[in-house]
Amino acid sequence: MLNYFPEEVLEHVFDFVTSHRDRNAVSLVCKSWYSVERFSREKVFIGNCYAVNPERVIARFPRVRSLTLKGKPHFADFNLVPPDWGGYVYPWIEAMAKHGINLEELRLKRMVVSDESLELLAKSFPNFKSLVLVSCEGFTTDGLAAIASNCRFLRELDLQENEVDDRKGQWLSCFPDSCTSLISLNFACLKGEVNAAALERLVARCPNLRSLRLNHAVPLDTLQKILTQAPQLNDLGTGSFVHDPDSETCGKLKNAMKKCKSIRSLSGFLDVNARCLPAVYPICTNLTSLNLSYAPGIYSNDLIKLICHCKKLERLWVCFFIKLIHYTYFFSGVPLSNQGLNWIMQILDTIGDKGLGAVASTCKELQELRVFPSDLYGVGNAGVTEEGLVAISAGCPKLNSILYFCQQMTNAALITVAKNCPNFIRFRLCTLNPTIPDAVTNLPLDEGFGAIVQSCKGLKRLSVSGLLTDQVFLYIGMYAEQLEMLSIAFAGDSDKGMLYVLNGCKKLKKLEIRDSPFGNVALLADVGKYETMRSLWMSSCEVTFGACKTLAEKMPRLNVEIINEGEEIEASPDDRHRVEKMYLYRTLVGPRRDAPDFVWTL
Amino acid sequence: MVECEKLGFEATELRLGLPGGGEKSNANYGKRGYAETVDLKLNLSTKEICLDQSDLDEKNLNKEKNLMPNCATDSVKPPAKAQVVGWPPVRSFRKNVMAVQKKSDSEEAEKGTGGAAAFVKVSMDGAPYLRKVDLKMYKTYQELSDALGKMFSSFTIGKCDSQGMMDFMNESKLMDLLNGSDYVPTYEDKDGDWMLVGDVPWEMFVESCKRLRIMKGTEAKGLASGLDFGVE
Repeated sequence: MLNYFPEEVLEHVFDFVTSHRDRNAVSLVCKSWYSVERFSREKVFIGNCYAVNPERVIARFPRVRSLTLKGKPHFADFNLVPPDWGGYVYPWIEAMAKHGINLEELRLKRMVVSDESLELLAKSFPNFKSLVLVSCEGFTTDGLAAIASNCRFLRELDLQENEVDDRKGQWLSCFPDSCTSLISLNFACLKGEVNAAALERLVARCPNLRSLRLNHAVPLDTLQKILTQAPQLNDLGTGSFVHDPDSETCGKLKNAMKKCKSIRSLSGFLDVNARCLPAVYPICTNLTSLNLSYAPGIYSNDLIKLICHCKKLERLWVCFFIKLIHYTYFFSGVPLSNQGLNWIMQILDTIGDKGLGAVASTCKELQELRVFPSDLYGVGNAGVTEEGLVAISAGCPKLNSILYFCQQMTNAALITVAKNCPNFIRFRLCTLNPTIPDAVTNLPLDEGFGAIVQSCKGLKRLSVSGLLTDQVFLYIGMYAEQLEMLSIAFAGDSDKGMLYVLNGCKKLKKLEIRDSPFGNVALLADVGKYETMRSLWMSSCEVTFGACKTLAEKMPRLNVEIINEGEEIEASPDDRHRVEKMYLYRTLVGPRRDAPDFVWTL
Repeated sequence: MVECEKLGFEATELRLGLPGGGEKSNANYGKRGYAETVDLKLNLSTKEICLDQSDLDEKNLNKEKNLMPNCATDSVKPPAKAQVVGWPPVRSFRKNVMAVQKKSDSEEAEKGTGGAAAFVKVSMDGAPYLRKVDLKMYKTYQELSDALGKMFSSFTIGKCDSQGMMDFMNESKLMDLLNGSDYVPTYEDKDGDWMLVGDVPWEMFVESCKRLRIMKGTEAKGLASGLDFGVE
C-alpha cells in the first residue's frame, strides 16, 4: 500500500525513524523503501570501521551529515592491542571531502586521529558543527587549533579520555572573536595550560554554552569567573579545585554556584582540596550525574558528605580513596604483621562499603553506578566488597547499569542483588583478583552470575570475573536472551563453556575472551554465527593457527586477524601453534589494506 | 605524646575482634587471605619514612617487607600472577591519570625536612588566644606534648601507651575515646585536611603540619576517616 505514496511522504515518515537499527530495518522492507531511506539518512553509525569502507558508505548514503565510527577492539583499552594496529580516520575524512559530503558531525571512538586529519576536517566542511573524540590518540593541540580556527559554526568540541600530545600552544586562543556558537566544550583530558583570559572571553561570548569541562590546569579563581559569566550551564567539569577555603575566591565561587541553577551534571576535581568542596553543595540538590572517579584527593568521609546532598542522583562514578600510609604507620614505624594489615584492610574496606551505604540511603533515583578501584599501585588495595554492592541494590531499585571493581564477591551477595535489581541492562563485575572464589564458601561464582542472568531479562551487556567454571556459561546461554556483549577473562574449564554461549545467546554481537581454555572445537562449531556478530576477540586461549585458517577459508566475509607481537613472521607457522591473539569481524570489503606487519589477515 | 618505638611485635599482633564481628574465626582472615595477586609489599624505603635509626629494629623491617598473607588455606586454582597485563581492566588513560597523582603524593612524602624553623599556630578550643610553636625544636611527639601541656593547662592527648594504640585500632573503643570529654590534638596537613596527631612518624608530621588545633573529643569524631560518616 505504502508504495503508492509519493516518495516525499515516505521520506517524511522516515524522519521520525531515528535509531539506526530501525532505519536499517526499514531499508530491508523493499527496494523502494531502501532507496528512499538511503537518500534521507543523515546519521550513519559504523560500529567497526573495517566492516565497510568510506566509498561504500558515501555511495549508499550521499546525504550523510553525521558519522559515528568505532575503531579498535574494546580490549585495546587494557593494552592488549599493540600500537599501530589500525583504526585510522584519515581515509574517511579524505573520502568525504573528495565527494563533497556536507559533514556536520563526527564522533569517533578508539580511533587514530592525526593532526593532518583534523586539519583536513577543519578545512573541508564549512558547516562542521560537532567533534566528539572518545579514547582516541594520535593528535596534538595543533590539530585542535586547526579546528578552533576554521570551524566557524562549531557547536561542540568534546574530548573524552584521549591521549593528546600537548604542544603548549594556544589552541584555545585560536577560537576567533566571531565564534559565538559553542554549546559544548570539553578539554578535561588535556594536560597543558590554556590562556585563562581567552577562556573567560570565549565563555562570555557563547551564550548557548551548556556544557563545559575544564582540565586540571585551570585554577579555581578562573572557574569562579567563568561561572559568573555562564550561570546557564547544565554540565560542569571543574579544573583544579584547590584553594585556601577561607579565601574570598572560595566565597565568590560558592555564590557563583548558587546562581547556577541549571547544573545537572558535575565532574572533574582532578586536584582537590576537600575543604573547598562545600562550595558545590548549592548545586548538589539538583545533580543527576556526578563523576568523582578522577578525584583521589577526596577522602571517603568528605565524599560521603558530598553525596549526602545529592538526592536526585541518577548516575554516579566514584572511587574510594583512603590515604593508607597514615594507617600503616600508625605504630610509628614498626611494621604491622600480616594479620594487623589484614585487619586494617578490613576496616578500610568497610569505609568503602559504608560509603556505598551512604549512596544507597541517599540516592534513590540512582540508575548507573561505577565504582573504580581505589589504589592501583600502592600499598594493598583497600576498596569495596560484596557488602557495598548488596547495600546499593537494596537501596537503589532503579539501578540498571553497574561497573563494580571489588576485592571479593560471594554468590549469596549476587543472588541478593539479582533479586533486588531485576532491571539491569549492563552488569560488569570485576574482582581485583581475577580468579577469586566466593569469599565465604570458596566455591566458584557460577551460581551468583547465574542468578543475575536469570533475573535480569533485559541484560544486554555482561562482564564476569572471579572463579568460574563452564557452568556459568551454561546459565548465560540459557537465560541471557538479550545479551549483546559479553566479556570473559580467566574463566571456564573447556570448549563447552564457549559453546553454551555461542549456541544460546541469539543476540550476541560482541564476544571478547582472554586467558580462558576455549579452543578449536568451540571456535569452529558454528562458523555461520560470526556473521551475525560484529566481532570476536580471543587472546591467550587454546585456538590454533590451523583452526583460524580453516575458519577464514570457510567464511570469506570474515576478516580473521592474527596479531603477532614481536614474534617471528614465519612463512608458514605450524598449524598446531597456539594463537596468542585473534580478532575476527564480519566485513563487506575483505582484508584491510592498512594492516601493519604484525597483523595477518588469514 | 606517642612513644611507640619500643613496641614489640606481640603488641602489633592484633587479636581483638573485628567491629561487630567478634565471632569471626581465623578462617575468615581468608576474606583477605586470597591476595596472591595483590602485592602487599609496603614500599618501605627508609628515605620515605625518615625514621630514627635507633628506634627501629631494622632487621624486622626488612623481614616484613613482603607482607604476603599466608592464610591461603582456601587455594582452589593456581592464582593468576601478580600484576597481570591488562588486569584489572582499567583504561590506560585512567591509570595514567592516577599514577601521576600518586606520584605527586609520594613526592611530597619524600621531601626531607629542611633546616629552617617550622613555626605553626596552635589553637585550643575554648582558649582565648592562640600560640605558636616551632616544631623543629622537638624530636618526638612526647616532647611536643609536654611543651603544649605547659602552654595550655587542662588538656589531655589520649592514651599514648601500647594499650592506647590498640584502642585506636578497635573501632568501638576509638568511638568511645572520641566521644569522651578528652581533648584531642589535631593538625592541618599540606593538603588542607585535618588529621589526628600521632598517626605518622614524627619527621613526616613536622614536614606536613601547617597548624595545630586541640579539639574537643566529640568534634574530632569526624576525623576518624569515615569510620562514622556523619552528615554535615
